[in-house]
Amino acid sequence: MVKKTAQRFYIILILLFLYAPIITLVGLSFNQSKSISRWGGFTTKWYTSLFENDAILSALYTTLTIAFFSAFIATIIGTIASIAINSMKRLPRTILLGITNIPMLNADIVTGISLMLLFIGLHYTLSFSSVLIAHITFNIPYVILSVMPKLKQTSRNTYEAALDLGASQLYAFFKVVLPDIFPGILSGFLLAFTMSLDDFVITHFTKGPGIDTLSTKIYTEVRKGIKPEMYALSSLLFVTVLILLILLNRRTNKDKATDFTKK
Amino acid sequence: MNNKRKKYLAFPYVLWMAAFIIIPLFMIIYYGLTNRNRQFTFENLTIIAEPSNLKALWLSLKLSTLSTILCLILAYPLASILTKIKMKNKSILVFIFILPMWMNFLLRTLAWQTLLDKNGVINTVLTFFHLPLINIINTPGAIILGMVYNFLPFMILPIYNTLSKIDSSVVDAARDLGANEFQTFLRITFPLSLPGVISGITMVFVPALTTFVISDILGGSKILLIGNVIEQEFKYANNWHTGSGLSLVLMVFILISMALVSKYDKESEGNIW
Repeated sequence: MVKKTAQRFYIILILLFLYAPIITLVGLSFNQSKSISRWGGFTTKWYTSLFENDAILSALYTTLTIAFFSAFIATIIGTIASIAINSMKRLPRTILLGITNIPMLNADIVTGISLMLLFIGLHYTLSFSSVLIAHITFNIPYVILSVMPKLKQTSRNTYEAALDLGASQLYAFFKVVLPDIFPGILSGFLLAFTMSLDDFVITHFTKGPGIDTLSTKIYTEVRKGIKPEMYALSSLLFVTVLILLILLNRRTNKDKATDFTKK
Repeated sequence: MNNKRKKYLAFPYVLWMAAFIIIPLFMIIYYGLTNRNRQFTFENLTIIAEPSNLKALWLSLKLSTLSTILCLILAYPLASILTKIKMKNKSILVFIFILPMWMNFLLRTLAWQTLLDKNGVINTVLTFFHLPLINIINTPGAIILGMVYNFLPFMILPIYNTLSKIDSSVVDAARDLGANEFQTFLRITFPLSLPGVISGITMVFVPALTTFVISDILGGSKILLIGNVIEQEFKYANNWHTGSGLSLVLMVFILISMALVSKYDKESEGNIW
C-alpha cells in the first residue's frame, strides 16, 4: 500500500515537472503585464490582439503549412520505401535502415548545417522550399519506423489470397495491405507533423531571411522580450490538441467496447 | 508484385536520402577539411584545441553527461512503474509524455526562466514553506535542468518500451528459483532492458551535447557550449570552414554513440520507441 502511494506520488512529481512550464505559459497568456516575471492581473486582451497580429498569424500559417506538407510528402515517400525495404534481402535492407537512422541519431545542428551547405553549394536560395525539403528529410525516418513494424505484422497470405481470387496487384494493395498498415501510416504522419511543428534548429539554418516559423520568430524575440500574443497562441494550440486527443481516446475506447460486444 | 520489382519502389527514397542526407554530410567534410582558398588543411580541426573551444567542448561533455545520468535515474523507475499500471488504453500513457511537444520547445524552455527567477514561482512556493531558495538561473545548473526537462521523454519511452516487452514468466521463473526482488532486477530485468537504456542514453546525450538553444535561453548567453560556438561561426562570423571543422569534431562523439546503439540494438528494424 505504501509502495503504491509512493509510486503514484512519483508519477505525479514527474508529470508536474514536465507540465509546470506549460501551466506557466498558459498563466502568462492571461498576464496583464508584459514582463515574464511579474503578475500584473488577469486579462484576456492578448487573445483578441492575437488575431490582429499579422506577423504572428503569418508565422503560424507558415509553420502549419510546412508541418502538413512535409509530413504528407514524407508519409508517401516513407510508406512506399517501407514496402520496398520490407521485401529486400538482408544486406540492402540493413544499409537502407542504417541510412534512415542517420537523421534521427545525428545532431540537429549537424543536419541543419549540412543541408544549409548543400543549398548554398547548389546556389539554391534559402526560402520556404529549402525549409520544406529539410523537414521532409528529417520526417521520412519517423514514417518508416512507424510503418515497418506494421508491415512485418501483416501476413503475406491475405495479400496472395486476394491475388489468387483475381484482384490486380494495385487493387489488392489498396484493399488488403493498406488497411492493415494504416494505423502505422497515421501514427507516422502525426509523429512527423509534431516533429516538424516543434523543430527549431534545422529551420534556423535552412530558412531564408524572408520567412519565419513560430519557432524562429520566438527565437528572435527571446532577447527583446516575447510578445504575450505568442503565449496566447501557444496556449490555444496546446488546448486544441489536448481536446482532440481526449476525443480521439474516447472514440477508440468506445470502438473497443463495441468490438467486445460483437465477440 | 513480386519482390524483385517491389524493391524498385525504394528508388525515390534512396534518391532523396542520397541527395539530402549523404551528400550534405560530405559537404561538411569538404568544408571542414579546406580553407577559404579551397586548399586542403587540418586547421579547422585543430582549432578545437584553442582554450576557449576546448573549454566549451569540455563543458558540453560535462553537462550532457550529467543530464543523461539524471534522466536515466529519473526515467528508469518511472518506466518501470508505468509498465505495472493496469489500464485499458496504454497508448494514452505514451501520449502524455509526447503531448508537451505541442507547446513550442523554445517557449517551454523560456518558461523555466519564469519558474526559476529569483522572485519566480518556485522561490515563492519555497518561501511559503520556509525552505531554502534556489538561485540557479543563468548558471550551468539551469542548463542541466533545461536539458533534463527537454530530453526526459526520450529516455522514458525507449525504456518503457523494452520493459513492457519483457516476458513476465522469465521474471516469475527467477523468483521461483529463489532470487529476491533485487537479484531479479539485477540479473534479469535490467539486462533485458539494456537495449532501451542504451537507445535512451544516445537519444538524450546527442541532443544535449550539441544544443545551443538551451544554453542560450537558460545560461543567460554567458555560458558557451560547443553548439553555441558552432552556431556563432555559421550565423555571425560567417566562417563555414571553421564551423564545419568543429562539427566534424563533434560528429566523432555522435558516431561513437551510434556505434553503441547498433551494437546493442540488434532488433533495430523499426520501433523508435
